[in-house]
Amino acid sequence: MITTLFGLYLIFAKIGLFTIGGGYAMIPLIQEEITSRGWLTQGELIDFIAVSESTPGTFAVNISTYIGSQVCSQYGVFGQILGGALATLGVITPSFLIILLVAKFYRQFKESRAVSGVMSGLRPTVIGLIAAALINLCGTVFFPTGFSFNGILSVNFISSAIIFAVCLVLIFKKLHPIFMILIAAAAGLLTGVLQETVLS
Amino acid sequence: MNDSKLKRCLSLFIQFFKIGAFTFGGGYAMIPIMQKEFVESHHYIEKEDILDIIAISQSTPGAISVNSATFIGQHIAGFWGSVCATIGLIIPPYIFILLISSVLGWFESQKYVQYAFMGIKAGVLALITKAMITMFKQCPKNVLAYILMLGSLIASAFLNVNLVFILITCAVIGLVSSIFYKKPEEEKHK
Repeated sequence: MITTLFGLYLIFAKIGLFTIGGGYAMIPLIQEEITSRGWLTQGELIDFIAVSESTPGTFAVNISTYIGSQVCSQYGVFGQILGGALATLGVITPSFLIILLVAKFYRQFKESRAVSGVMSGLRPTVIGLIAAALINLCGTVFFPTGFSFNGILSVNFISSAIIFAVCLVLIFKKLHPIFMILIAAAAGLLTGVLQETVLS
Repeated sequence: MNDSKLKRCLSLFIQFFKIGAFTFGGGYAMIPIMQKEFVESHHYIEKEDILDIIAISQSTPGAISVNSATFIGQHIAGFWGSVCATIGLIIPPYIFILLISSVLGWFESQKYVQYAFMGIKAGVLALITKAMITMFKQCPKNVLAYILMLGSLIASAFLNVNLVFILITCAVIGLVSSIFYKKPEEEKHK
């Protein structure tokens, strides 16, 4: 158990250190470090993003607590509490230390050309990485059984594509994410129930 | 630790605990509340300083809200201030997620919940797309930026290159290019 906890702490410290630009920049790193270990499936990751948007607090803390507690669930409630705590502490440790350091050299940091140079390289990169993660997640949502041209004609693909398009419009119209999720949930429920009645 | 410092630490803990417990939607939703609490209500921070704090929180690793909490805490009450602010911010979501995580699996295995999540999954893709487009709009656009965007997309999605390797390489490219180029717009931006 100690090894699992220590491993969790280190993995989340690595994720925290390389998350640049806030919460959703974590998604590619979670795919690489967590889904590859089988600790969370792509589908569970997407579901949890919705849960995180609908519960208070930051995505980074929410998902770290969740994964930490799930990984240690075999050790009982105590394990879940510790697992969630160590994953969360891990994800905040690098930024905590870096901020303390930066706060001391605040003016220098702000005016540093090296920092702005590094950021000019990182900001577009993070966008590219999120785009790659998004392509990956789109595959899971639109083609859950793997990509095929027949898949485009499936109920799942058509309904998902419509819900995606409508949600995108709503979110750009500045609808609050929670309401958008509720609308998506209602649309999903409706599709599922309709499909069930047609098939039976 | 003297009395006024202890009081400040306690106040930081309580303020950030409230922010952590009642704010939905992460960093960008929390920034206006932090501004209101610490600049307008308590006058702990100057208006110009809070803008710097937010800008630096965005350009250091980690979640923006956690970074801002650490920074504001440090600014108001030093090291223990940053500890109190950060811990205050993360305790409410930590407890909340621990409580729901044990029932989440059961909840998601229900048939109608699964139907709902089929729709929600598509909605979440829209949320991530929105976040990506917002980041794209805020990102300075030049040839190098487009090359890095496309390069990292291809390297990650199709070539399975390690993410840390991609990030470090692009940071170095950005650093080196800033030494060779000095754009006039850089000064205007400040």
